[in-house]
Amino acid sequence: MAQANQQNPSDEQEVMKGTSAVAKGVMAADPDVVSAYPITPQTGVVEKLSELVADGELDSEFIKVDSEFNAASTCIGASAAGARAFSATSSQGLKLMSEPLFTAAGMRLPIVMAVANRSLSAPLSIWADHTDAFAERDGGMLQFHAEDVQEAIDHVLLGFRVAEQVNLPALSNFDGFILTHVQEPANIPDEAEVSEFLPPRDPEYTLDPSDPKTMGAYARPEHWTESRYEIQRAMMDAREVWADAVEEFRDVFGRDYTEYGGMLDTYYADDADHIVVAMGSIAGTIRNVVDAYREDGEKVGMVRPRVFRPFPAPELRDALADAESVAVLTKEMSPGYESAFAGEIKGALYHAESQPPIKSYVLGMAGRDVKPEDIAEIVEDVKTATPQMSFKESESWPQLRPELLEGGDDL
Amino acid sequence: MSSDLEEQDYTDQLEHDDELWNPGHRACAGCGPALAMKYITEAAGENTIVANATGCMEVISTPYPESSWGTSYIHNIFENAASVAAGVEAAYQAFDRRDPDHLDVQDEDDLNIIAIGGDGATADIGFRALSGMMERGHDVLYIMYDNEAYMNTGVQRSSQTPFGAETTTSPAGKESIGNDTNKKDMASIAADHGVPYVATASISNPHDFKQKVEKALEIDGPKFLHVYAPCPVGWGFDSAKTVELAEMAVKTGLFPVFEMEDGEITSVNKIRDREPIDEWLEPQGRFKHLFKDEEKGEAAIEELQEWIDKRAEDLGLDA
Ligand SMILES: Cc1ncc(C[n+]2csc(CCOP(=O)(O)OP(=O)(O)O)c2C)c(N)n1
Ligand code: SF4
Repeated sequence: MAQANQQNPSDEQEVMKGTSAVAKGVMAADPDVVSAYPITPQTGVVEKLSELVADGELDSEFIKVDSEFNAASTCIGASAAGARAFSATSSQGLKLMSEPLFTAAGMRLPIVMAVANRSLSAPLSIWADHTDAFAERDGGMLQFHAEDVQEAIDHVLLGFRVAEQVNLPALSNFDGFILTHVQEPANIPDEAEVSEFLPPRDPEYTLDPSDPKTMGAYARPEHWTESRYEIQRAMMDAREVWADAVEEFRDVFGRDYTEYGGMLDTYYADDADHIVVAMGSIAGTIRNVVDAYREDGEKVGMVRPRVFRPFPAPELRDALADAESVAVLTKEMSPGYESAFAGEIKGALYHAESQPPIKSYVLGMAGRDVKPEDIAEIVEDVKTATPQMSFKESESWPQLRPELLEGGDDL
Repeated sequence: MSSDLEEQDYTDQLEHDDELWNPGHRACAGCGPALAMKYITEAAGENTIVANATGCMEVISTPYPESSWGTSYIHNIFENAASVAAGVEAAYQAFDRRDPDHLDVQDEDDLNIIAIGGDGATADIGFRALSGMMERGHDVLYIMYDNEAYMNTGVQRSSQTPFGAETTTSPAGKESIGNDTNKKDMASIAADHGVPYVATASISNPHDFKQKVEKALEIDGPKFLHVYAPCPVGWGFDSAKTVELAEMAVKTGLFPVFEMEDGEITSVNKIRDREPIDEWLEPQGRFKHLFKDEEKGEAAIEELQEWIDKRAEDLGLDA
């Protein structure tokens, strides 16, 4: 993580597998209830948490659930009772949680979930992309995307802090295999620091028998819209809450995520003519490509949204204002239209004074490797983009293998 | 009866403890499940958290901003009441151990956590959640109120709909006798999970039902109660006859009343001179086709009767 400077060199780093590191981050957050079900590539998180509980290192109720559906559902019950609740999942598991998770948002229950991002069937694939996270986009869950293991740990802590303040569930995304199965040096914040940053949960409403309340009532048309509006308001509030949280996080832990209020991480973007926008672990490769261009004196830069919900629209308007062209690299697609990520970025710039041409590049899906030369080719391609692109020109699938497709020779 | 009704003032007899299940809910006249809610809350008392599944009882009792519930109450979705309750229980286990002053609540041991679902929410779509909750041993009492169909969505069949009943998804027709399956045996399935206490009850005997709720709540671990609760709307009968039909279902043996402890049957409400099932079928609109087509109808009634007789024998139901 090039941008997060280690201001506090006494912070000890340990080389750990991504899943174990995230589990230890969860331990630092000291949840009351953990409920999770295995699925590749998330499994290591559940296993490590089970082990930490078994060894008495983590004092949580660990519910050995029968499915992700009931992992989410038990977290909902626990959160409604006032507990700090955690779960982890991936792909099909997140899909299976989708129904209860939407209600967790509507019922304003903070739950933090680590999502090891993975493609969705079919065909069956266990490898990384962002299809799972994007499929939950409209539920009212906060969403963060980590670039590396350290960020994945820190997003769990930041996630609890913000989720519990705005009363929304949070998905803390980190790329399957690329981050879950990598061994990286990372710092696990210690208990004393965490308790300063993340005190025990203090909810306003809980299922307290001495003060009975009805939770999860049904609402008729005269009320329902307001509950949705409240989610929207909470999401918008989350922008500031997140900004405050990252500042305090820097002061306590010494890792600095405060750029653009914690919403964006940029790399040589200030003066860049051509900007590559992407989320998650691919940013590391992009940095290398940017470095190579800069060595050649070409002004290429990167913008990486760290927060996907709430969407960093004003920040993107600002960060992309002076670009001549923007390449959106994305590991998801929305059949029938362009990638959702590119669509959202275009939407964000609709009101902007400057509207650089934006081209969407669908790549890295289901674990297909993305090499620096792939990204360099994209940069070369986007340089020629014009605002008047047709739909077909505005999205490309650079890694498509036409030879595998019927009639592919004509593509 | 009717002449007495006109003359007598019954208001004093209508008085009951309605602090926990308040009148004014939207249940139809003669709703069996609504009676079940009243008995459950009366038996459980204040120190209770109810997790309810989507279905008639949730919809009639919680139209925002109103609520009939005087206990703590949570509804989440159709198929997860057991899991939500399990999560609540886990949270209180954690509070009890980690931070007893965390919330202003009584001892976790005195807290009643009850999950309530209809037959559809329980025996069909919520089956996995229930199974998991019981298997893991959460200290939760699960109560399935059985009105023998999905009433909230307009009377579709469930795995508790009796053989021969007409519902909107098991219509009678030239090729169909109505529902072509028998009731899934939820009590035995629950007992097979190693649940310490399983019982069936009917709203026609509130005393027995409430005692079972109380008894269940005394026991640590998962408990399962199957309560029979007729629905005049879905079954097509006069709404004054709810209790009578519930009682008839018991007397015919269609709904046997018994208790199971640690997997063994420990008490059975024996029936002297079990009534034939057609007595119970006839007053209900959902079975009227059985009496129209004599040949097909008779065969169906016979098949249902055989199923009842077999279960009665297995349970030792006949006195
Ligand atoms: C996943 C899902 N599928 C379907 C529904 C629609 N639905 C709501 S309640 C209900 C039937 C409830 O039946 P039951 O549990 O027997 O309770 P009752 O309404 O009879 O009281 C159905 C099908 C839903 N809410 N969620
Ligand atoms: S439809 Fe039946 S179960 Fe539902 S409220 Fe009416 S009587 Fe009760």
